[in-house]
Amino acid sequence: MALYVALLYYDRDQYWDSPPEMEFSAEYMDFARRATEAGVMRGGEALHPVTMSTTITVSGGKGGEVLLVDGPYAEAKEVLGGYFLLEAADLDEVITWAAQIPTAWRGKIELRPIAPLHA
Amino acid sequence: MDATDTLVEVLKGEGPRVLATLARTIGDLAVAEDALSEATITALDAWPRTGIPDNPRAWLAVVARRKALDLLRRESARSAKETAAFRWGTGAAPDQIEEAIEAMEPETSLRDDMLRLIFTCCHPALGREAQVALSLRTLARLEVPAIARAFLVPEATMAKRLVRVRSKIATARIPYAIPADTELPGRLASVLAVVYLVATEAHAPTGGDAVARVDLEAEAIRLARLLAGLMPDEPEALSLLALLLLTSARTSARTDADGNPVTLADQDRTRWNRAAIAEGSAWLFEAVTRSGGVAGPYQIQAHLAAAHSTAPSWQETDWDRIVGLYDLLGSITANPVVALNRAVAVTERDGPEAGLAALKTIVGLEYSHLWHAALADNLRRLGHTSEAAGELHAAVTLAPSEVEQRLLQGRLRTVRSELGPARSTRCPPREPLPRFHPGTGRASGRPPDPAP
Repeated sequence: MALYVALLYYDRDQYWDSPPEMEFSAEYMDFARRATEAGVMRGGEALHPVTMSTTITVSGGKGGEVLLVDGPYAEAKEVLGGYFLLEAADLDEVITWAAQIPTAWRGKIELRPIAPLHA
Repeated sequence: MDATDTLVEVLKGEGPRVLATLARTIGDLAVAEDALSEATITALDAWPRTGIPDNPRAWLAVVARRKALDLLRRESARSAKETAAFRWGTGAAPDQIEEAIEAMEPETSLRDDMLRLIFTCCHPALGREAQVALSLRTLARLEVPAIARAFLVPEATMAKRLVRVRSKIATARIPYAIPADTELPGRLASVLAVVYLVATEAHAPTGGDAVARVDLEAEAIRLARLLAGLMPDEPEALSLLALLLLTSARTSARTDADGNPVTLADQDRTRWNRAAIAEGSAWLFEAVTRSGGVAGPYQIQAHLAAAHSTAPSWQETDWDRIVGLYDLLGSITANPVVALNRAVAVTERDGPEAGLAALKTIVGLEYSHLWHAALADNLRRLGHTSEAAGELHAAVTLAPSEVEQRLLQGRLRTVRSELGPARSTRCPPREPLPRFHPGTGRASGRPPDPAP
């Protein structure tokens, strides 16, 4: 089995608590429930809008000054709005799951294989 | 063909089959590739002395398997793979190759293994260029320098590209599997597109001054033959083979003694390869029989190639049928290049006025030299010589290869000479535009995707 992160991209910032988004939440919940029952779901969350983000760098190497920027790291047209962590046998299997996440037809999903940090 | 050629042919033919099974049994395409490469070197060293073995595939399989085990042992840190490899019971592997061959599993699953290999190399999660490079390496057994030459990139670039592709297959876990029936049509289209792309590059090289690349054309036909053999019930696989054979029949006539291109209208048809035309027609017949009356894009293109290959001359070509076939093709692939080729056939069937009108309705080929050249041809036939020269000038500027530039420059010179004061009313000998099959999207600068 292999772990993948499904990065959910949208063409505009997502406000999950706004009424139009609330309509979609049931579909996301339904996907999450089915993926959990199938043992595919390993985690996942929605992200607050990029206007809420803070970008940090430590200048001059480890232990240096912490520099903050109000906003996202890169100004991009696409916005990362959430992620799911999915476990599947191979790319084909995880693709069939990812294709059921509403983002797949509302935006785009990037599937990235996870490189485990442990040896 | 000398002894070395025979040897290389055997290795090219059997190599992919050995690789296909090896990749499944060890579960790692990259290791299987390296092992087969080493086994090939061993064969090239041993066979000239011992002669080609009775069963070269089994010989290669045994040697490649051992090389794979050596490679895996060397990577002993990767213990999971070591475990997988021991499915072969290597500890007790006999020393004699012949004994090992006898002990091997029967080859009943070979066809499935080959299909796994093909569908993995052409997996849609890989970019088209990556699919082509990997297919040429693994399925056609071309060496990296040859693939780099074929696509005019430095050897190091091609080597890096192949490393990345193999690494993505392993890391993203692209499965070594035959797609499910529901996915098969789309996945098959991707496989056929890869072979088609190789053939297109062979037919109209993107750079350099060769009219065609005969070596690459042979590889494309080899791949198409492989697919047709593995998927004898897939009409589009058979049609692709038919198309490539029918088109290749004309290759030697496309160049004159000085290496200059000769367009279809002016080709010496006695130089066409009759055997290839006969074989292509036979495959096309097979494809038609199996397609249940629904012709796919490759079948229509094969019909077009057959219509040209069986015509006694350019003038006696069945233009009505050709226009009809382009209409059919255009209805399933909506590609401006198809519309362009159709317009050329309309000119031949109904005259330059109708051809010009058809050309002017095409949108999206403003930057295609073929479109401007076709406009020029019709304008010239209608006596609008000055406008024709203008279009040809645009065509020369836009031509993607030296060969096509030369051809168009020659035409431009002829047209300009007609612009002189002593203008003759006689219609000069015309040269139709060079063309291959539609659907490549080359002229419109889009990647080819001939399948719907």
